[in-house]
Amino acid sequence: MSDILVRTAHLAKEFTGVRVLNDINIEIERGEVFGIIGENGAGKSTLIKLLNGTHFPTEGEIFFEGEKVHLNTPVAKNLGISTIPQEFNLVKDLNVYENIFLGREYRRRGGLLDHRHMKQRARELLHSLQAEVSPTMKIEMCSVAEKQMVEIAKAVAYNSKLLIMDEPTTVLTPIEIGILFDLIHRLREKGVTIIYISHKLKEVRQVCDRVMVLRDGEFISLDRASDIVEHEMANKMVGRELEQIFPPKPTPSDDVVMRVENLSVPGLLHNISFDLRKGEILGFAGLGGSGRTELAETIIGIRKKSAGTIFIKGKKRTIKSPSDAIANHIAYLPEDRQGTGVLVDFSVTNNVTLGSLKKYAHILINHRKETAQARKYVKEFDIRTPSLKTKLRFLSGGNQQKVSLAKSLDSRPEIFIFDEPTRGIDINAKMHIFSFVHDLVESGISCIFISSELEEVIGVCNRVIVMREGHVAGDLIGSDINEEEIMQRATGVKQGVAV
Amino acid sequence: MNHKKLNAAEVGAKGLAGLKKIEMDKFGPFLALLVLFAVSALASPYFLRLRNLTNILRQVSYTGIIGLGMTFVIISGGIDLSVGSMLALVGGIGILLLNYLGGGAGAIIAVFFGAVVVGAVAGATNGFAITKGRVAPFIVTLGTMSIFRSLTLFISNAGEFRSHSSLYPSVGMGYFLGLPNPVWIFLFLTALFHLVLYHTRFGRYVCAVGSNERVAVYAAIKSTWIKFYTYVIVGATVGISAVLLSSRLNSISSTNAGAGYELDAIAAVIIGGTSLSGGSGSIIGTLIGALILGIVNNMLNMLGVSPYLQGTVKGIVIIGAVLIQRKGKRLF
Ligand SMILES: Nc1ncnc2c1ncn2[C@@H]1O[C@H](COP(=O)(O)OP(=O)(O)OP(=O)(O)O)[C@@H](O)[C@H]1O
Ligand SMILES: [Mg+2]
Repeated sequence: MSDILVRTAHLAKEFTGVRVLNDINIEIERGEVFGIIGENGAGKSTLIKLLNGTHFPTEGEIFFEGEKVHLNTPVAKNLGISTIPQEFNLVKDLNVYENIFLGREYRRRGGLLDHRHMKQRARELLHSLQAEVSPTMKIEMCSVAEKQMVEIAKAVAYNSKLLIMDEPTTVLTPIEIGILFDLIHRLREKGVTIIYISHKLKEVRQVCDRVMVLRDGEFISLDRASDIVEHEMANKMVGRELEQIFPPKPTPSDDVVMRVENLSVPGLLHNISFDLRKGEILGFAGLGGSGRTELAETIIGIRKKSAGTIFIKGKKRTIKSPSDAIANHIAYLPEDRQGTGVLVDFSVTNNVTLGSLKKYAHILINHRKETAQARKYVKEFDIRTPSLKTKLRFLSGGNQQKVSLAKSLDSRPEIFIFDEPTRGIDINAKMHIFSFVHDLVESGISCIFISSELEEVIGVCNRVIVMREGHVAGDLIGSDINEEEIMQRATGVKQGVAV
Repeated sequence: MNHKKLNAAEVGAKGLAGLKKIEMDKFGPFLALLVLFAVSALASPYFLRLRNLTNILRQVSYTGIIGLGMTFVIISGGIDLSVGSMLALVGGIGILLLNYLGGGAGAIIAVFFGAVVVGAVAGATNGFAITKGRVAPFIVTLGTMSIFRSLTLFISNAGEFRSHSSLYPSVGMGYFLGLPNPVWIFLFLTALFHLVLYHTRFGRYVCAVGSNERVAVYAAIKSTWIKFYTYVIVGATVGISAVLLSSRLNSISSTNAGAGYELDAIAAVIIGGTSLSGGSGSIIGTLIGALILGIVNNMLNMLGVSPYLQGTVKGIVIIGAVLIQRKGKRLF
């Protein structure tokens, strides 16, 4: 007989009368990696928030090690349940080690905090994750990938019995993902049970023992991961046969829309030069810390450059702030969804038009026009929301990301810089978004596409620039755009520009 | 507890409960005002007299007008503690200007606009130090609160600014269609600011900046300008209030004028449901908040409560209002 760690019986959850999870009966074995997949808004995060005590079930019961439990967050913590949440839950004014030990600080005998011990333990933890983050760095200064590593360190800091991971890899690059998977294997050996949620189906197959599919809050299926291939998973998620994800690549013209020359930021970027052509999708690949986000932020004027020039359509331009960037028809989709992308306390509509409000207002805002536009995006990207007036904090992570995307698309620029545009978005919605971007590019708009998902970069880009430690480490086109070429340059095994 | 699905009626009831919670959030201050009004009417037969009601309205107008400007500041995530001292300074300068210009009708109009400009400039000083100097609003306005008062005392040699105009009091004492002039101006500004907050880009940006400034900056909103303008606006409302008050008294006392106004203005905003952490708020709420404060004061006077205890009651009302509003909101 197998050893069941967690069992749920008829588990259900409603938010203000709307049922988002219904009749979930699962048994999770000790020491297994249990995958959960489903479309955006299917109820994955809600399910794990019931298991870690964030929410109370509307109906049903949870059994932990055979005993019926009434969970709230402290109880769950004491039982040995820890979570890597989908949205970062870090205090930005504290530093890394203080966050890792928040609420369970080490103390010395007199009751004073034992900073030295905590710092040292944090350093060990981060070291075991091969994350080059200083324990004393302020969270505010951390990149998104670094924050993710801190969340992982925080979750594994204590010996937990159940470790829940809600989309831990959306901002991680292949090498960091590899490190995480090693960690998962080690923990599993030690008998730790892991719940793993992801939209990257290949990963799910690779790392999970069993995979459960949720759709619209209902249990659909549970299979051994070895028995189900990726496209079967995808079909079960959406409930119908899916076609090709990537639309055909467009053909760019020869006109250079933006030329970046010798862009430098001390310590971050070194002499970056490239051309962006009209109708081109230019990919940027690289490992965490390679400087892709920093490059984007420098182009749109959030970071100060120490040298370098930006030409838009042949004319030299000074861009000192995002509003200068918009004035030059450059829009940016930030990577850090809740940190810089959307306002969680604004409605769907008000988020969509945040960067493009000028279009809807002479003196007074035309609310009808604004709402109509938001409704269009909701339809186009299949944004699951109770209404256009709903605050973003009540949407699922992937649906928030779709709103963030809609927001930057709505400023209708000529140059788009997408930073991890599909972060946390399900496979079906990705198709919609790629085809939308494809249409834009066909109509003469140019895109810079930063993504840590190689498959996407390879699938949509005309050209790929590989970055390593703030340098351009490769410039690939045509058949050179493949995983091996990109990874060799990203890691420095191979150098120079391929022709 | 093992029924599988809730029946339709239950779902409906739950939906209604959810609705009620939202409505409570929005209409809570309004309900409180109604209850307070009814209780006051029962407690004292004089309360409902027209004269008493118009008196309350007039009394709340001076700090209420400042509260309207303060609402923008607080929504954007700031605070302005200097408004009381600023009122004395602007009022004093206004009277000096009035006397200099001879005190006729033309002079009064000039003083009105002059005071708005001087107030806006004083507000701009705060705004400049806060946005360019990157000093916390609390600190900057605590400093200017002291500076404005001290300048007023210095200019008047700690005395009074006395107007020589016989026409001037008619502005502040006058009535129009049965209501005191300051009340009309308060109501007009409420309507105007409500429009600005909900129906203009500026209003939306103020909320965005207060909600998460980084997101606002990434969305190409010039957050420093937005914050700067909120202090200019509150300064302008101080200018208007200064004219209304000084014309009623035909003088401004350098020691007393505007003393404690910052507390009443901020209290009106908070009681009206605008949260001190910024991001969202309501102008109508501030109007209601000012009225609640006014009625409470009025009742305490009528019931003969010691004036020394009135501050205690006011404090309880402020804390109570925030507690009630907090209850409806959950973290998740
Ligand atoms: N606090 C809340 N209040 C109201 N509705 C909520 C709340 N949290 C989630 N929901 C709703 O519940 C549904 C399920 O959300 P959940 O976050 O579980 O989705 P998910 O499967 O994790 O999706 P994603 O892949 O986008 O992260 C969504 O429709 C969402 O709008
Ligand atoms: Mg989720």
